[in-house]
Amino acid sequence: MSTIETPEVNGLTQPAAAKPPVTPLLELHEMHVYYGAIQALKGINVTVGEGEIVTLLGANGAGKTTTLRTISGLLSPRSGEVRLNGERIDGIPPHHVVALGIGQSPEGRRVFPRMTVLENLQMGAYRFKSVPKAELERVYELFPRLHERRSQQAGTLSGGEQQMLAIGRALMGRPRVLLLDEPSMGLAPLIVAQIFSIIKEINAQGTTVLLVEQNAAQALKLSDRAYVLETGSVMMSGTAGELLADPRVREAYLGEGAGA
Amino acid sequence: MTVQEFWDYLIPGIALGALYAVIAIGYTMVYGVLQLINFAHSEVFMVGGFAVLMVFTKIDFNDPSVGMSVLLVLLGFATAGFAGAGTAFALEKVAYRPLRKRNAPRLAFLISAIGASFLLSNLAGKLFGRNNHSLTIPFENKKVFTVMNAQVTVLQVLIVCSAVIMMIGLDLLVNRTKMGAGIRAVAQDAETAGLMGVDIDKVISRTFIVGGLLGGIAGFLFAMNSSVGYTMGFFPGITAFAAAVVGGIGNVRGAMLGGLLLGLVESFSSPLFGEEWRYVSAFVVLILVLMFRPTGILGERLGRTA
Ligand SMILES: Nc1ncnc2c1ncn2[C@@H]1O[C@H](COP(=O)(O)OP(=O)(O)OP(=O)(O)O)[C@@H](O)[C@H]1O
Ligand SMILES: [Mg+2]
Repeated sequence: MSTIETPEVNGLTQPAAAKPPVTPLLELHEMHVYYGAIQALKGINVTVGEGEIVTLLGANGAGKTTTLRTISGLLSPRSGEVRLNGERIDGIPPHHVVALGIGQSPEGRRVFPRMTVLENLQMGAYRFKSVPKAELERVYELFPRLHERRSQQAGTLSGGEQQMLAIGRALMGRPRVLLLDEPSMGLAPLIVAQIFSIIKEINAQGTTVLLVEQNAAQALKLSDRAYVLETGSVMMSGTAGELLADPRVREAYLGEGAGA
Repeated sequence: MTVQEFWDYLIPGIALGALYAVIAIGYTMVYGVLQLINFAHSEVFMVGGFAVLMVFTKIDFNDPSVGMSVLLVLLGFATAGFAGAGTAFALEKVAYRPLRKRNAPRLAFLISAIGASFLLSNLAGKLFGRNNHSLTIPFENKKVFTVMNAQVTVLQVLIVCSAVIMMIGLDLLVNRTKMGAGIRAVAQDAETAGLMGVDIDKVISRTFIVGGLLGGIAGFLFAMNSSVGYTMGFFPGITAFAAAVVGGIGNVRGAMLGGLLLGLVESFSSPLFGEEWRYVSAFVVLILVLMFRPTGILGERLGRTA
């Protein structure tokens, strides 16, 4: 049973996990987002504290990607606010949001296919005058495979390697908050485990993480807190331990039968 | 065709192809970042010709010295480049950006492009008259050397050399600079480029400026070879567009290759098939290439990824 492991994982960050942090780094306040006439988010409230890993769970079409896209400035909320360190950042164009310290590894990886691995990483550091050496070394240390493949066209990488590149590229912008949209999508279990342990390491090095996942069991194991989105609303939230123990979560997202 | 004819038609073919290549770059780069065929690019080319015409008619040069010739050619480049870049910059701001901000459908962009093309061309007709103006060449266009008995003129050398320099410079800009990386990133996935910190509006603006600079200069070089007129952009423009498609639209090196190919084909078509085929040949090649390789010679795929 997965719950056996959770006290140990959560034990590392127990104080932050116990209650929402006093000074949230990233806050979504009553955020309503529409695609034309279709409402995708119906007034969601989410907080991410400095140093946390927070997971957004939810079925297909729940609004997880919409949430991350709004934070990054690709969409503007019709009402409500996005705040970073207490300052409103909604309505700011994406290239300015990156400069404020929010990096994203988007859904489907979206590496630049006709650029090399190195060029993709350099694109991640576009906001800086020159590519920071320390960042590049850090990314190569986290993902030695990227170093091996640095001259290869990104479009020819395997799915797992592309995911590593997408995360590494986001890290090159030296984000304070890293947004990860379904990093485990379509990857073999071994690679998923590897990516998740690297996310944990990135967080341990000081980067706050907001993770979107369908792979609920593994995501909750590494998170401090989590929110469950259903058709555009937050249905549940709590510490990872609470959600792992919740029968509704277990049934809907951990693939267990009602009686388990 | 005799061997002598081959050489006689090869040299003007290379010069023409070099010009088409430079113009085609403007089509292909804009297509890369906007997925739009900028039909008004032919009028950016025309503006380059008219701008130099206006400047040169103000200067009284008769039989200029070599130094003076060099200065006048440089002045021509600067004038045409500046006018072309400025026109392209304004064109994007007025004809395309408002549509982009409103998420207009593709068709609206195309109609706007065609409208801008007609507008600029006929505006020039209104302002400068509908007859052709000859542009005085600021040097003596004598033959510099012969290749296999075929003459090579100063103008041909100037056209080929400046086209080669522009193409090398552009290739370096696109592949070796940060600005070029931004252009390539926007072309491959604009939204993700934005997530990396690229100011997409700025990249699109700069792409038009660079394409317009080359297009304007090509207009000046072309005008010295023929004349300046409000429809001068039409045929070279549509041929260069065909060249961009033949090379693989969106691919800069493809545009260079396609331009050179169509210039040569156009030049050789008159001795081979008769003068009346001259303006048909490029499009026969276009159709043939598309039949066997729909993405063009160097094109990987049409449209964007993901
Ligand atoms: N471009 C769009 N235009 C219209 N509706 C959209 C658009 N993108 C998303 N939606 C709708 O908004 C809702 C939320 O979509 P979103 O992509 O945020 O879901 P998600 O939780 O990320 O799902 P998944 O797990 O499948 O990635 C869905 O109902 C979707 O159909
Ligand atoms: Mg999604």
